[in-house]
Amino acid sequence: MEACIMDGNTKKCGAVSGLTTVVNPISLARLVMEKTPHIYLAFDGAEAFAREQGVETVDASHFITPENIERLKQAKEANRVQIDYTQPITKDMKKETPTADGDSQIGTVGCVAVDTHGNLAAATSTGGMVNKMVGRIGDTPIVGAGNYANSLCAVSATGKGEAIIRSTVARDVAALMEYKGLSLDEAAAYVISECAPRGTAGLVAVSATGEVTMQFNTTGMFRACASEDGYSEIGIWPNSMQN
Amino acid sequence: MGWAIALHGGAGDIPLSLPPERREPREAALRHCLQIGVAALQTKRPPLDVVELVVRELENNPNFNAGRGSVLTTDGTVEMEACIMDGNTKKCGAVSGLTTVVNPISLARLVMEKTPHIYLAFDGAEAFAREQGVETVDASHFITPENIERLKQAKEANRVQIDYTQPITKDMKKETPTADGDSQIGTVGCVAVDTHGNLAAATSTGGMVNKMVGRIGDTPIVGAGNYANSLCAVSATGKGEAIIRSTVARDVAALMEYKGLSLDEAAAYVISECAPRGTAGLVAVSATGEVTMQFNTTGMFRACASEDGYSEIGIWPNSMQN
Repeated sequence: MEACIMDGNTKKCGAVSGLTTVVNPISLARLVMEKTPHIYLAFDGAEAFAREQGVETVDASHFITPENIERLKQAKEANRVQIDYTQPITKDMKKETPTADGDSQIGTVGCVAVDTHGNLAAATSTGGMVNKMVGRIGDTPIVGAGNYANSLCAVSATGKGEAIIRSTVARDVAALMEYKGLSLDEAAAYVISECAPRGTAGLVAVSATGEVTMQFNTTGMFRACASEDGYSEIGIWPNSMQN
Repeated sequence: MGWAIALHGGAGDIPLSLPPERREPREAALRHCLQIGVAALQTKRPPLDVVELVVRELENNPNFNAGRGSVLTTDGTVEMEACIMDGNTKKCGAVSGLTTVVNPISLARLVMEKTPHIYLAFDGAEAFAREQGVETVDASHFITPENIERLKQAKEANRVQIDYTQPITKDMKKETPTADGDSQIGTVGCVAVDTHGNLAAATSTGGMVNKMVGRIGDTPIVGAGNYANSLCAVSATGKGEAIIRSTVARDVAALMEYKGLSLDEAAAYVISECAPRGTAGLVAVSATGEVTMQFNTTGMFRACASEDGYSEIGIWPNSMQN
């Protein structure tokens, strides 16, 4: 498991990878940020730190669900790295997956928030990809890829980790605002439509002025948002489609 | 437009009083690496090959904090990391937590070319190294007496230390300019562009002296310590945490792309406005054959050359007398 948390004001951040027993990776990431001179701890060193800090740990089997055992089995049968976990891929359904290599990209969780003073924060957490190689790190713990916050905005991304890393998705949303003067919406739209290949990415983001955007170039993205003006939304597929 | 190459052996608090026996071997290494990089570009080797072979050479040199000569973790072990990126395709490869792989940069390239992933770390990366049959040696190969001494001193001073150019004596501690007493040198890197504008960047390091076991720095983080796209290639060095926070390598490219700055302007902006003083240096080349080497630290071991005949090897700012 891996996770990343970032504070927009200070740009302090914390990240962890390779966790096997820590119940809440995002909290360990925060402890790395607050209790060490470092940003990122991984694998055995991260697990040792977890024990030093006394965070809740359980047997590794706690995290494993029957559905994921089944997903892994199917991925191995299909001989591919699979990211879809919403339903088992049956042989008939394989043709429904839109991306070239048959993967569908769902899974990472994340949250971004801003308060009335413009303080921003972003947090992202994931188990990675089904059937990933042991030791594989994705976009989630990579500051600027899957997670980022500064004084302008906070961004959490999800999708195909390798594509998100390559396109530095989270940082680019902020950079477009900062260096090109785009609005939050415009910046997110640009990254999702021009930088990340179709079918590889989605993101949620908020700005220092209280704007919210949720955009994706995949079939869908499990998402929800709300703002102080009373707006709220929960969705899966694009808003333009009838639910 | 012609080819260009730049390489570094670390930015940090390199004291002006650096004795010749510590300065000369590094200058000689920079000169040698520049020569082999230039020769490779002149024989039309792709920039991706060029940056890999230059960084391999730097990894093999025990005078730099990468490969052999890597600084030690708080447990006295070596954990190496590296990243390589191809500008055209934006394909990249990264590794962390290596303990036995002689050339981490080459393993990073294999991750990029032989797996569906970008980044492998620790046990998984070591297992991949064995599957690929890359050269591995006993972990003790990478450990040098100087680094054992640096770790000892860092523990005595009870701080994470990045200066490896000379032992910190008690009198000299006052010379270190940064608030926490760290000096930042070590990472090696190379960027190159050929006459067609193909770009590549490669960076490799042992990390920070006395770092926590499992600590990952900026080097393997795409967009922080290493980055290449169709506009430029960047390799950064310095205090890893600051470089991550400022997404140094990506920001140079983003300033060119989104704000229309030149390579020089973009690098200058990042080094002076984004990364705190004393924390970062970088080398970069652009698709049009420009080169820049900038740092906000006391010095940066560096060298560059371009097809128009320009070449430079340096440690301290050019405005100072060497």
